[in-house]
Amino acid sequence: MNLSRKWLTDYVDVTEVNNKDYCDRMTDTGSKVEGFEVLGSDIENVVVGKITKISKHENSDHLQICMLDVGEENDIQIVTGAQNVFEGAVVPVAKAPAKLPGDIVIKAGKLRGVESNGMLCSIAELGLTTHDMPTAVEDGIFILNELDEAVNFTLGMDIKEALMLSDDVVEFEITPNRPDCLSVIGLARESAASFEKELTIPTPQVKGANDGDKVENYVKVDIESTLCKRYAARVVKNVKIEPSPMWLRMRLRASGVRPINNIVDITNYVMLEYGQPMHAFDYKCLDGSHIIVREANENETFKSLDDIDHTLKSGMLVISDEKKAVALAGVMGGANSEITDDTKTVVFESANFDGPSVRVTSRALGMRTESSARFEKGIDEETVIPAIERACELVELLGAGDVVDGMIDVYPNPKKVREIPLNAERINAFLGTNIAKEEMVRILTSLTFKVENDTVYVPSYRDDVEGMQDVAEEIARIYGYNEIETTNVVASLTQGERTPRQAYDVKVKDTLCAMGLYEINTFSFISPKYYDKINLPEGDTRRNSVVISNPLGEDTSVMRTTSIPSMLEVLNKNSNLKNEEAMLYEVATIYLPNEDKTKLPSEPKEISIGMYGSVDFYDLKGVIEGLFTACGINDYEVKAKTDDPTFHPGRCAEIYVNGDTCLGIFGEIHPLVAGNYSFNKRVYVARLDFEAMFDCHTAEAKYKPLPKFPALTRDFSFVCDEALEVGTIEKTIKKSGVKLLESVKLFDIYRGAQVGENKKSVSFSVSLRASDRTLNDEEADSAVKKILKTLEKELGITLRA
Amino acid sequence: MKEKLNQIRQEALKLLESENVSVEEVRIKYLGKKGELTGVLRMMGQLSPEERPVMGQLANEVRAEIEGKIAEMAEANKAKELEKSLVSEKIDVTAYGKEQKIGKLHPLTQVQRKMEDIFIGMGFSIAEGPEVEYDYYNFKALNIPENHPARDTQDTFYITDNILLRSQTSPVQARVMEKTQPPIRIISPGRVYRSDEVDGSHSPLFHQLEGLVVDKGITMGNLRGMLETFAKTMFGEKTKIRFRPHHFPFTEPSAEVDVSCFVCGGKGCRLCKGEGWIEILGAGMVHPNVLRTCGIDPEVYSGFAFGMGIERITMCQYGIDDMRLLYENNIKFLKQF
Repeated sequence: MNLSRKWLTDYVDVTEVNNKDYCDRMTDTGSKVEGFEVLGSDIENVVVGKITKISKHENSDHLQICMLDVGEENDIQIVTGAQNVFEGAVVPVAKAPAKLPGDIVIKAGKLRGVESNGMLCSIAELGLTTHDMPTAVEDGIFILNELDEAVNFTLGMDIKEALMLSDDVVEFEITPNRPDCLSVIGLARESAASFEKELTIPTPQVKGANDGDKVENYVKVDIESTLCKRYAARVVKNVKIEPSPMWLRMRLRASGVRPINNIVDITNYVMLEYGQPMHAFDYKCLDGSHIIVREANENETFKSLDDIDHTLKSGMLVISDEKKAVALAGVMGGANSEITDDTKTVVFESANFDGPSVRVTSRALGMRTESSARFEKGIDEETVIPAIERACELVELLGAGDVVDGMIDVYPNPKKVREIPLNAERINAFLGTNIAKEEMVRILTSLTFKVENDTVYVPSYRDDVEGMQDVAEEIARIYGYNEIETTNVVASLTQGERTPRQAYDVKVKDTLCAMGLYEINTFSFISPKYYDKINLPEGDTRRNSVVISNPLGEDTSVMRTTSIPSMLEVLNKNSNLKNEEAMLYEVATIYLPNEDKTKLPSEPKEISIGMYGSVDFYDLKGVIEGLFTACGINDYEVKAKTDDPTFHPGRCAEIYVNGDTCLGIFGEIHPLVAGNYSFNKRVYVARLDFEAMFDCHTAEAKYKPLPKFPALTRDFSFVCDEALEVGTIEKTIKKSGVKLLESVKLFDIYRGAQVGENKKSVSFSVSLRASDRTLNDEEADSAVKKILKTLEKELGITLRA
Repeated sequence: MKEKLNQIRQEALKLLESENVSVEEVRIKYLGKKGELTGVLRMMGQLSPEERPVMGQLANEVRAEIEGKIAEMAEANKAKELEKSLVSEKIDVTAYGKEQKIGKLHPLTQVQRKMEDIFIGMGFSIAEGPEVEYDYYNFKALNIPENHPARDTQDTFYITDNILLRSQTSPVQARVMEKTQPPIRIISPGRVYRSDEVDGSHSPLFHQLEGLVVDKGITMGNLRGMLETFAKTMFGEKTKIRFRPHHFPFTEPSAEVDVSCFVCGGKGCRLCKGEGWIEILGAGMVHPNVLRTCGIDPEVYSGFAFGMGIERITMCQYGIDDMRLLYENNIKFLKQF
């Protein structure tokens, strides 16, 4: 809402407050100011002048030399190229040095040898259009003589004063609960309360034609839908369509509304002033002289004022005559009943329509108007009458026509005044203040609430005020939010802590960071094409995503069911950014649809890990092992996974606990997947199930007595088939039933000519310890013998010769 | 004999000073089994009983003196050796250390953790709720009925007519209040979604942190106090807060809250656009309709709620001027925090 401060002075005098202070205080009391603009500040030293003499320029066919009386002792000489000037013309004169909109500076100079001390201005050069100044031509000097207002001009007068160009416009961001503030009067009420000034809102006075004619002779109104709460109409006859006077046009301009003609301008003016959208119909277009407010028929067609055809849906509210819809209630009028230059009789509509209904209609048809923006927030039924009266008052003031006596006002269920008890003690207890009741009453009264006998009577335009809390807010915002003392909560003690799962999240992230991985943060929605990129086969359950019905684009249209694509995208991005190495992770939520589409999906977390650079499979595996050690996961088993389509079949593994609980998968990505991303390097990723890890982790460590006796270690190497996994050997060693066995560690794998093709040499170190004595060599040897025997029996491998 | 002893003394001490002879050689030459001093001492027996103690004492003195000097010299030599070896072992300390890999938390996580820790310290628990949420919790339970104009301020992604991507973390409030009777003291950080195109200051996905306190006798002054404590801990002891009236459907009264600029301290700078204040959160007293909908009697209990954007605070704190950087995950960016 753009507020003209000049217009504001009609209702409250805050002229002595400068713009900055005005804006600050209004923001502090709840009417948020976005900024202000000083209109006319881009025009300097432009005055009203009269051409006293025109002579030809000797060196030019099109230039003319004008002498101008600008109210000074001597006329000034200006050379102009314009052809519409004449002696006696009153024109805007930019006296050098002058400033014009668009940062244009006018300096004195010579035009083809002839001195020119300024410039004669067109409307465009003054930042105006023919809507603002209908008498002016677009391509020529603005001839001021043609203005009705010119009689009041004096030579030398500042053009900003003459053309009423100066104003201070304050831009408010009005919250949806305060549609009353989308009006000059609404903001005048707020201004008066904020600055403790007197508010004067005169009741509009309509003289009427007083000729025995009455409104009932013209039109009948019927409301056929509960979506219309009130409908008032008045008729103006002998209408003369012409431009509005300059003061009215300039107020509309300052408010950001384009002047059209007197009748249309009046409806807009009243909307801006009272916040009540108005409409004017050309009476002769109303078939049957009957206004029916009804809901549209399915597929009824309607052409709006802006010449766009619409197909309506049943339930949309329309204003209709006996044959056709003439307006979309609260949204826009129809082309079929528009005010035109030969309109002779006008029907003014001031009505109240159901907010949600207007909102649904305007959204469905893609028509957001100043009118719909106000109606959809829910406006005051009681403003209907002052608004229509004001429109008629303006008709008389402008001489735009004769107002027919009488008014139609259909108002089936008049609004009741809302009453709220004023309990000062409770309000103070709620706010944490100590405001005297008298002060509360003073504040409420200044905001035009009536307070009597401890009861607050809410003005009809303040539907947002419903209970004690709302009254408290009204008091608090004028009293000053920042005047409320800050206090500590005195309440029951609560224990603040992370839940075990939240703490686990912290642990996981900190551990991965400590191992050199950077955390990333990616969008939860992805493109369904990402599933192709990671080679998920058709019909894979992971392709079944939660789908956004109104996405911004395909790229962000489904909620991910796996965190791997997000990780690969980021790795790819970094690779393209020439980052030579990357070790990244994310604790990512995934979204798994519920079979019942009316239920919410589940939202488990995954840990994705990704890396490339001077790393290999075992770096990734090491990170996972480190993570598991830190996060209380022991006794897991790593199994080769050869058939996951995203991964290299020979370099992929799954991790299991308790036999069949899979904690995740990791490995090198499949060359085809790498190709889909155009990776030119090997890339390793892991996807771990955070929830499963959390479920099976051991939260608390338990002390085991430190060993009192030394351990003995024995190393040995075997040659075995390449296909035999070292994991199997290790498992077999552990299963060999040696009680003294403390730990087994693989420390070398060797392949080479000495061991033969498709063979490898593996070396293990075993540690043996007894808790009650120092082992002797015989005991150790016998333990090793037992291990070797088991290996030979189970796997057929023997010590390397 | 006396002369002999004195001569030995002089010669030995002189020899010890000399660079050419090692201390050990001197020791052997004079004090060794066949050493000169030892030789003289052997001749003690030939002295008269009167001379013997005198000479004996002198001989001991000479011996002690030489021994002392030898010890001194040996000590000095050891120090010299050490010195020499230290010099030879000198390394270039400006050469690089061996690289140890470290990773870092994403800046959003760092800021979120800090905020969480502050509130945990004030007795808050962390509540979580679904990101894919029912319209009911995101809007209706928060006093935003269908076709309410407040819905315009949050362009929402829908899954079905009744299921959406939550446009705020506030639905967690409603879920908590529905399940828990006061006292309630929770924060709820998390992802929220709005259909804004990506640009330097907008993203269709961002993070909020929501807070809720419900109990008997909670006042707006308490809200101010709690947020002031938070702001001072988060942004520095000198931080001030400023409340501006605003409107949220789920709180009444409602406020937008500014903190004094933590870069310029309120004088005005580029970060605060010369205002001296930075808007960081919205807050208010929980609307009685919301309490009632969630089964809490507004006649008995009152409460406050607040919410803030984690991206905004992160960007202000680190001086990040483009929101897209937070989701691009360029390592060069991630390494900076």
